Amino acid sequence: MPPSTGAAAAAGDVAASTLGTTSMSAVLFFFLIIAITLVITYWAARKTKTSSEYYAAGRSVSALQNGFALAGDYMSAASFLGISGMVALSGYDGMIYATGWLMGWPALMFLVAEPLRNLGKFTFADVVAFRLRQKPVRIAAAIGGILTVLFYTIAQMVGSGHLIELMFGMKYELAETLVGIVMLAYVLFGGMLATTWVQIIKAVLLLCGVTVLTFLTLRQFNFDPTQLYTKVMELYPPPGGDPLQSALAPGALTKSPIEAVSLGLALMFGLLGLPHILMRFYTVPDAKAARKSVLYATGLIGYFYVIIPIVGFGAAVLLKASVVKGGALTALSGRELITHFDKGGNMAAPLLAELLGGQAFLGFIAAVAFATILAVVAGLTLAGASAYSHDIYVSVIKNGRATEEEQVKVAKITTVVFGVIAVALGILFKDENVAFMVGLAFAIAASANFPALLLSVLWKPFTTMGAVWSIVVGAFSSTTMIVLSPTVWEGVFGFQHAIFPYKNPAIFSMSAAFAAGIVVSLLTPEKDAQLKFEDEKLRTYLGVGAE
Amino acid sequence: MTAAQKTQAPDGASKKSPRELLDSPDFKALVKKRWAVSFGLLAVLFVGYYGFILLVATDKEWVSQTVSSAPGAVVTRAIPLGIAAIALAWVLVAFYVWWANGSYDPEVQRLKDQLKH
Repeated sequence: MPPSTGAAAAAGDVAASTLGTTSMSAVLFFFLIIAITLVITYWAARKTKTSSEYYAAGRSVSALQNGFALAGDYMSAASFLGISGMVALSGYDGMIYATGWLMGWPALMFLVAEPLRNLGKFTFADVVAFRLRQKPVRIAAAIGGILTVLFYTIAQMVGSGHLIELMFGMKYELAETLVGIVMLAYVLFGGMLATTWVQIIKAVLLLCGVTVLTFLTLRQFNFDPTQLYTKVMELYPPPGGDPLQSALAPGALTKSPIEAVSLGLALMFGLLGLPHILMRFYTVPDAKAARKSVLYATGLIGYFYVIIPIVGFGAAVLLKASVVKGGALTALSGRELITHFDKGGNMAAPLLAELLGGQAFLGFIAAVAFATILAVVAGLTLAGASAYSHDIYVSVIKNGRATEEEQVKVAKITTVVFGVIAVALGILFKDENVAFMVGLAFAIAASANFPALLLSVLWKPFTTMGAVWSIVVGAFSSTTMIVLSPTVWEGVFGFQHAIFPYKNPAIFSMSAAFAAGIVVSLLTPEKDAQLKFEDEKLRTYLGVGAE
Repeated sequence: MTAAQKTQAPDGASKKSPRELLDSPDFKALVKKRWAVSFGLLAVLFVGYYGFILLVATDKEWVSQTVSSAPGAVVTRAIPLGIAAIALAWVLVAFYVWWANGSYDPEVQRLKDQLKH
């Protein structure tokens, strides 16, 4: 079989790709992105003095800007590289997975976006605790928030360290430290304003990069996706000609309907409990802007998930190479080439970029992936820092009585501590299988943070103890079930049989959290909370008195 | 909400205290409407998305058939369904914004104007 052009041109050597070596163009694009974002940080630093400027960009972000920033926060390197890889390797299952990632956005809009903006100040705990006794609720909500952010951060740091290692050939520890330092520069000096602009830039670059990649892929098929699908079927015929096994039909992901719905629930309602996403709603001037920003974000993210599968299928059919195996020249299919570089399929998109756009384009995509990681970790760090400094330090330890200077100072110290912890955990978990941690973060967000948030906004008889128990039960049950699930019990600990049969516990843990919140509230009636619930309605629905 | 209540609003003499506004039928109707719209749209999202998930999980036979019966056709029903699920999510969000801008916001403004300062 004659080798194709581009990346895999040299016969007999799969490593003909420049992937994994530090190419000039990658370094150039990388420094360009860093330079621009640091200039923005310098500009933002001069406008960031009060706590409201530090956490919420002075509530000056426009709806369109916030839409891009939300999209930037949500479209991580994992979703770009991971979903295209999943489509390349297992076909339609990757598309099912991609749809799930979008479904939280409408739910976020209908249930929490506007009340959150009207009731809160900096964190989602502001809203949960609004009419309840501050201390217990804040402590519980901060723990739920910090756990979510922590697991999400570990998954991002470890995943990104390996990706950078793969793409730039940079040492893992160096990559982690570099991400930590640059990200801290953004957050520490530029606060939310700089973080927002980093997200906007990253979202634009990522969307442009994937759009160009999709365009180049479709050009190979005369801009007719059916020709691409035909090629997929030609190169990867289903075993035994069984249409149910086809790459264009659902596969293992939906084997169990309960599992599939549970994954869907975690993805959908997990979004409504992600502190770094919820925090963005405080950066816009009012509820109307919050609402519009969800529309923009949903459009951008939806577009991204519609075109990403084309990149995945394109990688599976366009990539090919030959390799010397046992003295004979063997042809490698696209899928085999992709797994040669990374078993999880993460390198599908970068390899395709190199094949279709040359080294310069690979450099661009690699730099964008790096910028993506920086931006997501920056957002997480700010969210983690605010959960401690605003919810625990200022509201609990100082009883809400702290000067502006003191608040900003604590926020910055916490930011540094969180950044150092993120790098340390990233290095500590280097060789661990942490893929489950994203699922864990979403499960905790959906089970611990979301039920308490929704009940506090919507259900009058909700009480302080109800909130605390809902959060505790949600966090504890989701974590326990994931530890006992096949993913961790068999996959990480190496035991024979998982105690809990499902990989995604959300359907159970979220129900348990709602049940705990409702039952405990009914057992511990709180008159004060009910009175305040009525009083706060002007603020919730009309925005009267919103910050 | 009656017509009489509506015409009464812009009149400065009928300014309400926060408590009066909270107790007014107009405000209660606004809150009720807001959640009715939200939960209605959420129900459509649930039926659309979990319907899609359960369909691909339980009727692989049907979703694996090609859209067209022409020889050589490859596009399975599952592919347009997946894209439709994504489109549905955006359309629902767009509908909510359209409703809120056109109907909710003016009512919020009208009620806010009734509030004593």
